[in-house]
Amino acid sequence: MKHFYKLATVLLSASALLAAPACADQPEQYIPVLSYRVGPFAANGASMFSGLIDYLNLTNAKGGINGVRITFEECETEYNTSRGVECYERLKDRQGGASVIETGSTGIAYALLDRLPQDKLPMTTMGYGRADAADGRVFPWVFPLISTYWSQAAAMVEYMAQQSGGMDRLKGKTIVDLYHDSAYGKESFPVLDHYAKEIGFNLIKIAIPAPGIEQQAQWLQIRQAKPDYVILWGFGVMNAAAMKAAARVGYPREKMIGSWWAGSEVDTVPAGDAAKGYLSMTFTAPGSFPVLEDIKGTLYDRGKGNLSGDAKFGSVSHVRGIVIGILMTEAIRAAQQKYGIGRPVTAEQVRWGYEHLVLDEKRLGEIGALGLIPPMKTSCADHEGSGAAMVQEWDGTNFIPKSKGWVAGDRALVRKLAEQSAAQYAADKNITPRDCGKED
Amino acid sequence: MFYRLSGQFRTSYYEDNRLIGEKLERTVFIATMLVASIAIPLVASPYLLSAVLIPFLIFSLAALGLNILTGFAGQVSFGSAAFMAIGAFASFNLLLRVPAIPSLLAFLLGGMCASAIGVLFGLPSLRIRGFYLAASTLATQFFIVWCLSKVGWFTNYAASGVITVQHVAPLGFALDNHVSKYLFVLVVVTTLTVVASNLMRSNIGRSWMSIRDMDVAAEVIGINPLYAKLTAFAVSAFYCGIAGALYSYAYVSTVEPDGFSLDLSFKILFMIIIGGLGSILGSFIGAAFIVLLPIWLNVFFSAMEHFSGLKAPSGITSNVELIIFGGIIIVFLVVEPHGLARLWQRAKEKLQIWPLSH
Amino acid sequence: MAFFVEVLVGGLLAGVMYGLVALGFVLIYKASGVFNFAQGAMVFLGALTATGLEQQGVPLWLAIAMTAIFTVVLAILIERLILKPLLAQPPISLFMATLGLAFVIEGLAQAVWGNNARALDLGIPDVPLEWLLDSTGVGVSTFDLVASIIALALIGVLSAFFSLTKTGRALRAVADDTKAALSVGIPLERVLIIVWSAAGLVALVAGLLWGARNGVQYSLTLVALKAFPVLIIGGFSSIPGAFAGGLIIGASEKLADVYIGPMIGGGIESWFPYVLALLFLLVRPEGLFGDRIIRRV
Repeated sequence: MKHFYKLATVLLSASALLAAPACADQPEQYIPVLSYRVGPFAANGASMFSGLIDYLNLTNAKGGINGVRITFEECETEYNTSRGVECYERLKDRQGGASVIETGSTGIAYALLDRLPQDKLPMTTMGYGRADAADGRVFPWVFPLISTYWSQAAAMVEYMAQQSGGMDRLKGKTIVDLYHDSAYGKESFPVLDHYAKEIGFNLIKIAIPAPGIEQQAQWLQIRQAKPDYVILWGFGVMNAAAMKAAARVGYPREKMIGSWWAGSEVDTVPAGDAAKGYLSMTFTAPGSFPVLEDIKGTLYDRGKGNLSGDAKFGSVSHVRGIVIGILMTEAIRAAQQKYGIGRPVTAEQVRWGYEHLVLDEKRLGEIGALGLIPPMKTSCADHEGSGAAMVQEWDGTNFIPKSKGWVAGDRALVRKLAEQSAAQYAADKNITPRDCGKED
Repeated sequence: MFYRLSGQFRTSYYEDNRLIGEKLERTVFIATMLVASIAIPLVASPYLLSAVLIPFLIFSLAALGLNILTGFAGQVSFGSAAFMAIGAFASFNLLLRVPAIPSLLAFLLGGMCASAIGVLFGLPSLRIRGFYLAASTLATQFFIVWCLSKVGWFTNYAASGVITVQHVAPLGFALDNHVSKYLFVLVVVTTLTVVASNLMRSNIGRSWMSIRDMDVAAEVIGINPLYAKLTAFAVSAFYCGIAGALYSYAYVSTVEPDGFSLDLSFKILFMIIIGGLGSILGSFIGAAFIVLLPIWLNVFFSAMEHFSGLKAPSGITSNVELIIFGGIIIVFLVVEPHGLARLWQRAKEKLQIWPLSH
Repeated sequence: MAFFVEVLVGGLLAGVMYGLVALGFVLIYKASGVFNFAQGAMVFLGALTATGLEQQGVPLWLAIAMTAIFTVVLAILIERLILKPLLAQPPISLFMATLGLAFVIEGLAQAVWGNNARALDLGIPDVPLEWLLDSTGVGVSTFDLVASIIALALIGVLSAFFSLTKTGRALRAVADDTKAALSVGIPLERVLIIVWSAAGLVALVAGLLWGARNGVQYSLTLVALKAFPVLIIGGFSSIPGAFAGGLIIGASEKLADVYIGPMIGGGIESWFPYVLALLFLLVRPEGLFGDRIIRRV
């Protein structure tokens, strides 16, 4: 109910206070935030975009990026493509033009793909979207930063191999890929198929049609197959339902590895005790980091946090949003270093910044995120930057790291697949890939 | 007073048969078309064109398609999004696989594919009625979307089921910027709307309406229900299919099976109910209501936050928008249960006799 | 064989849960001839309110009781604000109004309780019965059994209520012909409030059981999807039909997914129940237990 009181206050004072907000003479850099806080994926979306806004507020509280303040405006997309496109078009030219776009939605991201080159606006797709966009020669404006779906699948196999004592030990094992029956669910196929053939493990793919609230039949099939691992490439309620169903047929949760969209509190908490021991991939390490403490101290302790409940502070989705914010500010910072420190940069210059991100351990330490994300370095050709991921375990109340540090699969393989797919895309769309040798 | 009908006499068959009989309405229609085709492209911002007007027109077309089936022929359907998907995927595959096919032809054939499937899935309507039929059209919706995502051939074996569409240039008119996309959509939607209005006055349109009003009676007076129902399904699916192709090629530039979900089907159904069943104008009003109202609410609330300098707790505004949206639907229905088009009708009657009250 | 039985039993038990959701639709349809689009949202609201109160420190039983009272209040509000002004309007308008209601309820539920996903523990273990597993090799979860018993009890009570009590008969009269019912002095207001309260309470039970299964989150609104084919098979207006339809859909869906699914690419659960329901309809156009449709010219 307390939200309602807050809201009532806002509505009442809104009519009284029509004075424009005070404008400082500080230079500004504008970022539109296309968030989803209602609809089927609101639980994830609300925390994630709050994380992003928290980090932007933190940056401003510390004086901005070399003195450049970040302004942002939010627009509700409901995870709906049509609404997302509308938000994008509405916000992109505001306040001197957007610097970068992050939608958190596959559908919206794909729909914007064609608009980006026209608007000269970079888009990040962290942990989702086209895996082949890692090839920056064909996709100059898209940045699937840290790790793509294919890198994730490769890292999964790598982790299973580590646990089994070597790649060759996976031979003859049975792995079930329980996937969300949608474009997203099938993202892992090229990589998993390749590994299954190369190493010789038995890959059984079982589809769960959306929304996947009832999985009894599929789990009985799984129990029959007696797999060594179950990959849960799920989304939404399907994840909690899968953990519950696994408990019901007695399949150990310790052998279930979820994708990162099946690896947040939103997925494990509803499953209750059934989620204990469940593993999932993640591109942001669980735990406490200086940057989180900083946000807590600077914002939340002073009542300025963006989350509507402090309970979600530091949740996986929240941290993901913070990382999106970190990468945004780092890209802008990199762009400033080239085009003028302390001055707002254009979206094109931000794109340059994204292509020259160097987040080594030293820099990550400076921003208080050492160990939070894998060290990464992007380039004109490599828009991914890392390709590593971590395996985390749900201990009943929190996620804890399970793998020893970051795990990366066969990077050369993933890169090869991405380049092939990107080349195909370029041929279909008549795009001449950039020559990265000529870029500065 | 403002809306005068007196003094107009139809003295020839031509005049009597005109699509828009009243002079005033004709003037308004022509003026609207002039504004829509000349003034708007000149002055409207890219935002207005590409994010508001284009989706509005496309959804209007889909709503018109469903209205033909539901509003005019009386067959409720939850499967319009599936027919949109067929239109989009058929166009995509035709453009991909048939060398040098004109894109306009591809869209037309895409619509016809939807039409053919529509007839197939319309067959149960010969036996099933009302909400039972509506619920069974869900079979269409789920089966088609499943099929499109399952059979790799449809998506050209794309690594991730979402496909970016080809650039097209119907009749040499390249759809590469907002204005050209808008104009193309406008032309298609206008043409199909005029066709639909004519269809409703024809033999076949009247047979649909008689089936809607009472199918047994219609059969008794010599209307073949098989023919009438299946043609309604065919025409409706064709309209939806074209809308789907436009949605993919002139709006989001992608085709993805999951984009044409049940949600979209419901949305289109909402449009025609709120706009007015059995009303062509209602399809447009309904689409405007469902597409534009949430946007408007969002703009309104963010503007309010901006001017007041206050920030509601995150997520609350979004939920309040949802509540208001639902509330407005209820209020409109209480005021006018027959849809917004009827409201317009009543306003027109009032205008005719104003300032008198009777 | 044990596997087949296991799939079948699992399907039947799941079917009862589908039937439970379908029941809420049936109640409203019986009284007003309207498909209540907001039923899914009511399932969500019920479960969310109960767990929300529980998280505020209210004991679970009290939280459920409070939610039940709240449900009745909601039913009264719905009657006053929506049903009364729309009395004797075409069913399609009422249908649309329930849609508006769905938006309002979803927005309200999340505005008040937030959009966190929550766990709900009713204290019933969700693990296979050991003695059954040991003796026959068939795993049946205690939770499923208890849930089925609750659902069956509810169906029994409601059936009895409709056929035996005066209010129940009044309700059927209203469904048959609203104006005639009014003219013989049936208190329409009260009947509508009772029906909507009953539907709300069924939604609450469904929400609690489904919520305990998959967690309380927005996706609870989607259990309604599982109810559609059940309604088609069982008939929109039959309480035992909802149950029978649930069993048929549950069992055939699971068997199809296990035995037919792998042959044609899997994931057929999304459409198979609907196609099955369609086939049923072609034989009996008003569902298995639905009221016969008599058409006059």
